[in-house]
Amino acid sequence: MDGMLREYLPILIFLAIAVALGAVLILAAVVLAVRHPDPEKVSAYECGFNAFDDARMKFDVRFYLVSILFIIFDLEIAMLFPWAVAFRDLSDVSFWGMMVFLGVLTAGFAYEWKKGALEWS
Amino acid sequence: MADFFYNTNLGIFLLIVGQVLLIVVPLLVALAFLLYGDRKVWAAVQLRRGPNVVGFFGLLQSFADFIKYAVKEIVYPAGADKFVFLMAPMVSLVMALIAWAVIPFNDGWVLSDINVAILYVFAVSSLEVYGVIMGGWASNSKYPFLGSLRSAAQMISYEVSIGLIIIGVIISSGSMNLTHIVQAQDGNYGIFSWYWLPHFPMMFLFLISALAETNRPPFDLPEAESELVAGYQVEYSSTPFLLFMIGEYVAIVLMCALMSLFFFGGWLSPIPGLPDGILWMFAKIVFFFFIFAMVKAITPRYRYDQLMRLGWKVFLPFSLIWVVFVAFAARFEWFWGAYVRWTTGS
Repeated sequence: MDGMLREYLPILIFLAIAVALGAVLILAAVVLAVRHPDPEKVSAYECGFNAFDDARMKFDVRFYLVSILFIIFDLEIAMLFPWAVAFRDLSDVSFWGMMVFLGVLTAGFAYEWKKGALEWS
Repeated sequence: MADFFYNTNLGIFLLIVGQVLLIVVPLLVALAFLLYGDRKVWAAVQLRRGPNVVGFFGLLQSFADFIKYAVKEIVYPAGADKFVFLMAPMVSLVMALIAWAVIPFNDGWVLSDINVAILYVFAVSSLEVYGVIMGGWASNSKYPFLGSLRSAAQMISYEVSIGLIIIGVIISSGSMNLTHIVQAQDGNYGIFSWYWLPHFPMMFLFLISALAETNRPPFDLPEAESELVAGYQVEYSSTPFLLFMIGEYVAIVLMCALMSLFFFGGWLSPIPGLPDGILWMFAKIVFFFFIFAMVKAITPRYRYDQLMRLGWKVFLPFSLIWVVFVAFAARFEWFWGAYVRWTTGS
């Protein structure tokens, strides 16, 4: 078998075994446990009250903002990974190039901070 | 016999299945006792006894709990999406488990020796957010919904700083292979050769980010009892709840393992002269788990805006500056080249 694939095959088998483990555990409860659902038991928990309305409601836009910021920084980290691995062989251009990139990113971050995108109160 | 396991397809398959079981089964058994240890530490701090009835000193408590979970009824809340409702704990467990495929336990004792191991762990632990989001959305209940939103925002916030901290370690070791990272820490000075010394502040940042990433106290906002009851787990019962719980603890132990691999030399012996080995790795994992348990016992919970402030305004800038610092220190060999110990190549 191909050398590189040989190293990734265990991950696939691990995935299959993990899924099987989870499925067996869930099935165990389905098989072993008695089920007596009644309307009171299956109603959504809301501290004893009847549920007011649908729970999938509008929510704060700041959660979107956080995820957008996360995407920006995660992409930046994804760019840093290969740069960091090849660090020993970097030319001056690639070293200082990444420093300039980090500088630009820091400027953007400072702007977000100033704009109050990171405020939660 | 050896020929069968190394050269035929069926043999290779059976060998890998055996290796996977050799990781998963001891991990889950160890988890049962770590859970017990967690509760005992927590109890001891609060001057209680903790579990002490089932088996000697309550050692079998986790197994009794397991049986109890397995015979309980699965309640599907009204209006829940059944498929997603059951998929959520599965995702949470599977993602936490498969990250262990690349964790080395000793020199060469690794299931899948890929050279992008860190990237893989990073990617898989990012996907854990989906378990939480799916669970909160599918329950069709307000507390789980709010809890999952909070949890997702919290996990992705701290992932950014974890990523930046890891970049510093990669610059130092020149490899994303976890075995190479540990080998790069092998030196003549035992404990003082490890990365905790050059990357000193990052060690604490990583520990705290790991607490936030795994929703452990003091950052257990998604399941803050006083406001959200149990967060995304409110509507779960029986084994789906158990899967969430196992997933959470497997992720915690994974963070302990990563902590010891990145900063504390994995299986290397802290005292020069003593043999290296898997026992050191176990000892380090258990030690960090003890720290996690102690933190849970002695710290009060953060408020949500404080948590986000800490993640975005303290940890992110600090770890960003640290990446730049490590890059300069490695490039221009500051501090007698302490930041440039490469094993790959020369």
